This record gives sequence, structure tokens and C-alpha cells, in this order.
Amino acid sequence: MTVAKRMFDVVIVGAGGSGMRAALALSEAGLKVAVLSKVFPTRSHTVAAQGGIAASLGNVKEDNWHWHMYDTVKGSDYLGDQDAIEFMCRAAPGVVYELEHFGMPFDRLENGKIYQRPFGGHMQGFGKNPVERACAVADRTGHALLHTLYQRNMQANTHFFVEWMALDLIRNQAGDVLGVVAMEIETSEVMIFQARATLLATGGAGRIFQASTNAYINTGDGLGMAARADIPLEDMEFFQFHPTGVYDAGVLISEGVRGEGGYLINKDGERFMDRYAPTARDLASRDVVSRAIATEIKQGRGCGKNADHVLLKVDHIGRDIIMQRLPGIRDISIKFAHVDPINAPIPVVPTAHYMMGGIPVNYHGQVVAPYKTGPEEVVEGLYAAGECACVSVHGANRLGCNSLLDLLVFGREAARQIIEDLQRNPHPQLLPADAAERPLARLARLSNQKNGENVAEVGAAMRQVMQTHCGVFRFPDLLAEGVKKIAEVAGRVKNTGIKDHSKIFNTARVEALELDNLIEVAQATMVAAAARQESRGGHARDDFPLRDDDNWLKHSLYYSAGQRLDYKPVRLKPLTVESFPPKARVY
Amino acid sequence: MKFKIYRYNPETDEQPRMQDYDLDIVAGEKMLLDALLLIKEQDDSLSLRKSCREGVCGSDAMNINGRNGLACVTQLSSLKEPITLRPLPGLPVIRDLVVDMTQFFKQYNSVKPYLVNNDPPPETERLQSPAQRAELDGLYECILCGCCTTACPSFWWNPDKFVGPAGLLQAYRFIADSRDQVTSERLDNLEDPYRLFRCHTIMNCVDVCPKELNPTEAIGKIKYMMMKRTV
Repeated sequence: MTVAKRMFDVVIVGAGGSGMRAALALSEAGLKVAVLSKVFPTRSHTVAAQGGIAASLGNVKEDNWHWHMYDTVKGSDYLGDQDAIEFMCRAAPGVVYELEHFGMPFDRLENGKIYQRPFGGHMQGFGKNPVERACAVADRTGHALLHTLYQRNMQANTHFFVEWMALDLIRNQAGDVLGVVAMEIETSEVMIFQARATLLATGGAGRIFQASTNAYINTGDGLGMAARADIPLEDMEFFQFHPTGVYDAGVLISEGVRGEGGYLINKDGERFMDRYAPTARDLASRDVVSRAIATEIKQGRGCGKNADHVLLKVDHIGRDIIMQRLPGIRDISIKFAHVDPINAPIPVVPTAHYMMGGIPVNYHGQVVAPYKTGPEEVVEGLYAAGECACVSVHGANRLGCNSLLDLLVFGREAARQIIEDLQRNPHPQLLPADAAERPLARLARLSNQKNGENVAEVGAAMRQVMQTHCGVFRFPDLLAEGVKKIAEVAGRVKNTGIKDHSKIFNTARVEALELDNLIEVAQATMVAAAARQESRGGHARDDFPLRDDDNWLKHSLYYSAGQRLDYKPVRLKPLTVESFPPKARVY
Repeated sequence: MKFKIYRYNPETDEQPRMQDYDLDIVAGEKMLLDALLLIKEQDDSLSLRKSCREGVCGSDAMNINGRNGLACVTQLSSLKEPITLRPLPGLPVIRDLVVDMTQFFKQYNSVKPYLVNNDPPPETERLQSPAQRAELDGLYECILCGCCTTACPSFWWNPDKFVGPAGLLQAYRFIADSRDQVTSERLDNLEDPYRLFRCHTIMNCVDVCPKELNPTEAIGKIKYMMMKRTV
């Protein structure tokens, strides 16, 4: 079968915050850019971010990037790379002002400057007092950001391929990446998108878990593509459970609620965070708060008839602040929790939210993998940004509002690096003859599969294994069993079948292809979690409750082939300032 | 629960048809989207768009018992059986509940939905008072789901000429922004018998908007500005 081909300077997979920030810079530089997205750009999951973007503007209280850097390093439980973190925190005010100039409708302070609110782990003076660092648009910051970037890209005439799903990377003998093979969902047409630079910006994979704040589209497509192309995945054991997902529904309730003065209570009405984090209280890091909630529930102080959740109290901040600053949360709470937070507390439970790990990149967005020369070896032609990438600025636990910041800083920086790289690399390489072989084989298997297993059932089995065996607290026997069980599910994924073989907008086929990606992420997460014998950030082991810097201050690298693990050192040396050495983490 | 769902696959069907489904489900606190996904587990040929499942991405707009809405934030228990689902009206159907939104987005793009300010950007933010910022409330929150525009008879008759409520809401979002400098060009862009003035204040848009926005009010404000500058 011959496959049609189109050629671009750059192909970007994903039209969320990082993909569109990069696309904007590349389009404005006059490059020929194709942005592929499974969904219309403003449907990308960035749209659901609520609380804000972290930047030390200091509009409310004194703040600076160095404090922001300290908080991020501490929040990461010292697993974050300090050069990348310095780079991000220094760049933060600039990218926020830039967004404002693009038209982002930030909330305002009386003096006309951008409104900022407190958020978990954002502190003044190297961890002393909470500070307002989250730049917000009510509780719809992601929505405003994504729409602003889309609008700006319209102005820049960026070329979007809407409802195109990327299937696999194209690599040549030398290992260079030459583009992607993608499928148009409306017609099932398969096409080669050849490009001198390929940027993966495909977002997260929260759908590996049963209870997740993530959208249905968050299926780790970029990670699956990378894993199948022999690119390692970094730090996959670190998955963030957001303390406040709506009980039973999973929908996110922003940390901004606690930023505006809300707090958590157990069945006795006790503000229990005081016991776990005496200074930051409800605004401690997310891993700390999630473990506190899980502990309260485990020790029998949960709420409800099954004592399986806690309550987020917010009525005391008053109707006016709720209506002005948290209108979306009120809406979600009424619709999904059936309570109006103006009158009653919201039932919440820790819920899978954010993948700290991802495709390993340096802080310029270049994908790096230790094939011959060591961990900083660049994979020519391949870049990644946003949640699918691991820079690593979030280390073992991401601070709230650093994700939108990550999208902007590293989307923009990846674009700058691509522009630079393309100048020394002006000619497209020859495509290998088998460029489309893998994705065509995957599609052919689905078409020809006899008596295949139902995709939804296999997906449910995967999510159930992840939820039971790889949650907020991780137990040795459950992990060992989980590794076996997820391998079994991976075997079943190879035999999924669909009944619908139509070429027209076939979402059954899309979901089967998505499951190929999800299982790569799920397996990486389980295997890496079972191997890491310590507790750090989002990875809390019952049998190894302490952080172990002597043995485990290192990044994991998971290779899909043979489920092999490797490790590489954490970059502890910042760009210009002194390193923050690991110390006990108290909030 | 009983469902009647519009089915059409141009590859195999000459005509669209309504298909009956009987789903063993307790409505409880579930949303319509939950039910649709259970139906899809049994019949994977049913096509629909979905993503955030919390009413912010705008993917799963459809016509629910005769009224446009988002499946993910529509309570099953609020719906009368048989629950009748059709694609959004007024747009070409690609398949089943999936419509071709090209015309909708073309109209959205035609209002130049981006901030224009030709002054060199300052080193920090451009200032805007809370009152000026409040002018954007009720405008910027649009999720481009298309419920309003496809509920509008004026758009049904003239989808190529009338911008429609969603596009006009965004036109006004930039007119209302104290940082934008091209109000007069924006008004010129709508000065036309169709683009703006085909709105006859039927107000279906206001009725169906899942975000409770008011495009009719925004359109009224544009018309008022248009009138004011001619007298």
C-alpha cells in the first residue's frame, strides 16, 4: 500500500498549551508548520486547567524567581533538574506578560495589574510564608489560555490538521526522527507527515487510572509512539494524585479553592491538615495533602456512609468571593457533587491527575536518550514539550500552576531550539522505505482481527489494575502482582478487536489505537514503581516510607522492549545560582 | 432506559434512521454521556465526540430531546424517555452524532477573534481595571460547542452569511476589551445586511447555552454601537 506524503518544516503533534505556544513561535518565524490534533484545538485538555499559572510577578506581595525555584525544587522532592527549574522560573514572568499582551483576560487587582492568588507550596523567603504567585482568570485559567493561544495562531495563519491522530514516529537507520504517520479520523486516510523537526505535545495519560481528573483524550499518545520507537520514558513511577477530585465523579476541584481560603475537614469536622503540615496547612504540596487524606480515610476518619472521602469546606469565604473567583468550581460542584459550595462542603478524594514523568528532554525541548554517548545524547529531529515531556522540572511531585507555566516556557523554548536546529539542517533527509510500516501493520491487525476482545473491557481491566496496585500508597505485594497483571493486560491489548470497520469517523478504531498507547504508559508506570524502593513525592511506598538519596536520587528510564529499566543522575547544578541540596521536606 | 438515536453512516446508509436502544441503567446521578458510552460499549459503531466530560471543552454538543446541550453535563434523570438524540441541527452530518463544524468555525474566524493593539508592548502587563476586566465576563467563557449557533433559525437559513451567536459573542468580547484598539474596524467588519443584522432576537441561543452566556445581549450591544456611530 502506498501512503500519501506531505512535507513540512515542522510537524507538531498536539494542540494544547505547549503545542500551540510552539506553533505560534514557529509560524511567526515563517516556517511551514503542521499542527496535528485529535480534537479541535480548543478541546485539548489544557482547557480544563483551573487555578492559575505560577510566576513571581510580585503583584500582591514581594516575590522573586529564586524563591519560586526553591519551592519547585522542594516540591519536586529534589528529583527535579535544577538547571531546567532555574530556566523555567526565570522565564515565568516573561511568558505571563507575553500571554497578557496576546489578549489573555487575566483577573485584575485594584491597581490594574494581574490578579494573583496563593497556591500549594508557593512561598516567600525560601519556604517561610505563603505568597500569591498564581496568575489567574477566575477558575478558568486553562480555558482562557488555550483560547488565547488558538486565537493568536489564527492570526499567525498556523496550519491545523484537526481530528488527525498521529500513529507512529518515523525513524531512520541512524535513529533520526523524520516525521510521523497520522490518520484522519473523518476519512481514515493515512498520511506521512515528513518534517525536519517533530515536536510531541500530546499531553498526559491520566486515563490509565479508573478515577482520573483527565479528559477521555488523555491517552498518552506521544508516549506510546515514543515507546514503540525505542525511546525511553523517564520517571514514570511519579504520578500525581490531586487531593481534590469530586468524590465518585473524578472531576477536578482546583487547589485555588484552598488558595482562596477553603480547607479540608474529616468526619469529626477537624481541619486535619494542621497535623500534617503545620505551616502551609491546606496549601502544602499536593503529594503531602493527598497522603494526608488517604491516611485520614485509612484510619477511619473519612466521611460519608462508606467513610471513603473527606470534605472541602468553602462556604465560610462567602458567596461573593465564590461567585467572583470560583464560579466554575461552584458549577462543577452543583453538577457533579450535587452540593452548592456556598452552603455545604464538597465531597472530595485524591484522584489521578498529572504525570510527572514522560519523554526525556533537556531544557531546550530536545529529546535525549543514552544510546551511545550518555544521558544527554540528543535524538535528532525529535522534540517534546508539556505534560508528555519530562524536562524534568516537576521531579517527583509537581507544584500547582507549574504545569501551565511548563507549557508556555518549554513550548516557546522548543520552538526557539527548532528554529536554530533547522538552520544548520536545511535539507530533509530521505525517508526509509518502511516509513509507514508499523502503523499500517497496527491498522491491518485491527481490520483482520478475528474474535478480538472488546476494547472497552480490556481498557477497564487496565484501569482497574492501575487503580488497585499503583495508587496513592504503594505496597510491595500489590506492586509485584501489579507488574504481572499489567503484563497480562498488555497481552490482551494485542488482541483487541472492533466490530465497526467503517472508514467514516470511526471512533471505535481510534479508541483501540489509543489503548495501544495507554498500555505502554500503564506498564511503564507499574514497572518503574515496583522497582523504586523509596518514597519520594508522588511515589509513596508502604515498605520504604522514607526518601533514600544515597540510592535513589536518580531518574528512571523505562524501555518498552523487555520492560527494561535504566537510571540517570539528577542534574543538581543550576544555571547560575547555588544548588539546593536535598534536605528534609517539611511544610 | 429507552433511547432513540439518530444513525447515519454515508458509507452504508442511503437515509438516516432513528435506532432504538434499551439500556439497563439506573439514572441516579449519571450524566447522559455516561449512558452513551455504555451504549457504545455494546455497539461500537455509534459515533460521537467527547473529551473533558465536565462541560469545558465543548466536544459533545448534540440535540437532546429537541434541545441543544452537552451530553456530559445533562443529568439523565432530567430527561423524558425515550431520550431522543440527534446531531446538532443546521450543520452537515459526518456520521451519527458527529457534525461538520467547518462553517461554524469559519464564521468564528471571520470576526478576527484576537486582540489587536498596535502599541509596542510594555515590559510588564498592560493595565486594566477590575471594572474594565469585568466587561469581559459572560463573553470570554464561551467553549465553542456550537449549541447556540445551531439553535438559531437565522443561522440555519444563512450559515454562510450570518456570523451566528457564538461568533458575534466573540466579536463583542474583543470590542469590549479595553486593550483592543480596532473597535471601528470590528464594527465595519459586521456592517452588512446579514453578518450581524440577521439576528432577530429569537433568543434560542440564550436558552440553550450550557455556560449560561447571553449572545443576544452582546449582539444588542454591537447593534447599539453601530447605531450610535451613524447618528
